Amino acid sequence: MEGPSVEELLAKAEQDEAEKLQRITVSKELELEFDLGNLLASDRNPPTALRQAGPVPEAELRALARDNTQLLINQLWQLPTERVEEALVARLPEPTTRLPREKPVPKPRPLTRWQQFARLKGIHPKKKTNLVWDEVSGQWRRRWGYKRARDDTTEWLIEVPDGADPLEDQFAKRIQAKKERVAKNELNRLRNLARAHKTQLPSTAGMHPTGHQSKEELGRAMQVAKVSTASVGRFQERLPKEKAPRGSGKKRKFQPLFGDFAAEKKNQLELLRIMNSKKSKLDVTRATNKQMREEDQEEAAKKRKMSQKGKRRGGWQGTGGKRKGGPPSQGGKRKGGLGGKKQSRPPGLGSKRKAGQHQGGKRRK
Amino acid sequence: MLIKGGNANATVTQVLKDVYALKKPYGVLYKKKNITRPFEDQTSLEFFSKKSDCSLFMFGSHNKKRPNNLVIGRMYDYHVLDMIELGIEKFVSLKDIKNSKCPEGTKPMIIFAGDDFDTTEDYKRLKSLLIDFFRGPTVANIRLAGLEYVLHFTALKGKVYFRSYKLLLKKSGCRTPRIELEEMGPSLDMVLRRTHLASDDLYKLSMKMPKALKPKKKKNMSHDTFGTTYGRIHMQKQDLSKLQTRKMKGLKKRPAERITDDQEKKSKRIKKN
Repeated sequence: MEGPSVEELLAKAEQDEAEKLQRITVSKELELEFDLGNLLASDRNPPTALRQAGPVPEAELRALARDNTQLLINQLWQLPTERVEEALVARLPEPTTRLPREKPVPKPRPLTRWQQFARLKGIHPKKKTNLVWDEVSGQWRRRWGYKRARDDTTEWLIEVPDGADPLEDQFAKRIQAKKERVAKNELNRLRNLARAHKTQLPSTAGMHPTGHQSKEELGRAMQVAKVSTASVGRFQERLPKEKAPRGSGKKRKFQPLFGDFAAEKKNQLELLRIMNSKKSKLDVTRATNKQMREEDQEEAAKKRKMSQKGKRRGGWQGTGGKRKGGPPSQGGKRKGGLGGKKQSRPPGLGSKRKAGQHQGGKRRK
Repeated sequence: MLIKGGNANATVTQVLKDVYALKKPYGVLYKKKNITRPFEDQTSLEFFSKKSDCSLFMFGSHNKKRPNNLVIGRMYDYHVLDMIELGIEKFVSLKDIKNSKCPEGTKPMIIFAGDDFDTTEDYKRLKSLLIDFFRGPTVANIRLAGLEYVLHFTALKGKVYFRSYKLLLKKSGCRTPRIELEEMGPSLDMVLRRTHLASDDLYKLSMKMPKALKPKKKKNMSHDTFGTTYGRIHMQKQDLSKLQTRKMKGLKKRPAERITDDQEKKSKRIKKN
């Protein structure tokens, strides 16, 4: 009589399972489409229940949302999981929905000179081991870097080679050679970069010291050297009687009088368009602010001068009436002149705007 | 990038603030009003996107003809790709619903319901735009207990209902928990107004994937209808005389037989000569 009891047990077990699963199963006509990489689910079933509901189907929406979320969670719980620092983490697959990119695909960089040569000759990079056996220390050491296998810099004895001058400093020679290699490497890297971005490196023709350079060449080299500092030559001192270099400003380039008709037409039409547009070319508020700032700076410079002069003469004579009351009136007049422009509707670009030109003047008060 | 138009009212401003709260820390909310019309002049939007390096934007405005207007859009290479204008009919804000919210920066689950999202072209783009907007950064792993937040979009009778719920995981008999939802976040009832969708070739250009990302096709593998995978291996030419076969001990030549064989071979050679 064990047969029926076994069957009963099995049936009961099945029933229990079904009950348990009932809590998490949801039945739908059409299966949902899942994109687990984006935690996304799309339900294609037509929303009939919602249509039957009244104008504000909150409860039905909530029920629909609950069902859909349950299905999505069921899918997510079936992903492979691992334990990371006491938290259960599921590994998500790649997102499958194709979305447009934000920026265009990056263009491939042009090959460097070495890569071109290697490709031509068919040279492939050899796989090198990270560690090399070092006889001197008797252990495996890095090929390069900290505590490397053959470190030149830590040698305490260098033999003078046969043909070399016995009074030469071999250590200094080694250091110099290393510096030259580093500089050459850097130069090649910059050249490769310039080629990749299609710009030109500034030419160094005539800057390398030979014994035979003319006065002009030397002068040019000296000028370039002066400007090649981090502050672009601003704090370089001149010799006592040295004069400032003439003509070192920017050279103005003028277009030929006639030649490129298409460009000329384009420029004229652009000018007409700007004149027609309702945006004002002169930003009045910005112009007034700039003017006021310049005045402030002039005042401050004058004050400094006066205070210096006063200190030298041994007395504090004050700023001679040029107090704060003075400038605004002059500035006001100047502003009036600028504010004579009729149309100044502020354009919608990102600048600190206040409507109207007169408010620019009120700022000071 | 969340921008207010010149005539944005309280509702629209609140919507933008709520979306900003959802999208922190990846969003930028501009406080000042900007007098532009996205559907007429896109230059100022493109300028903003270049400055803030954002390619998704939302622009809110309000006027008599289009009350409570919200324009969602995305850019490709700092030029407008798609823009869809939605009218907000009903809005319940985050602060109107008084309960605990989920922490900032959680990746939300997104669910779309309704067959409109797959049939109509406009709705398809809207779906793609909403996915782009609301999905968080792409991650490889996700903490199962950290799935707290679900955004549910339903397309019904020409309207789109947006609801956000907080997830409560309840015990069920088995490993997968039972879900209960609690309404948490902003809820919007939206109507589709104008659209400005990208031309087909621009869309195709924006979808271009670099070669490195395309899934690599494995060669010499084929599948048949039953699901069996067949592979093809190419062998080098084998020297069959040197083939390693099973050695049958019974067939091994005994020394006496080997001697007679040798003698036979010798006699054959002599004969030939």
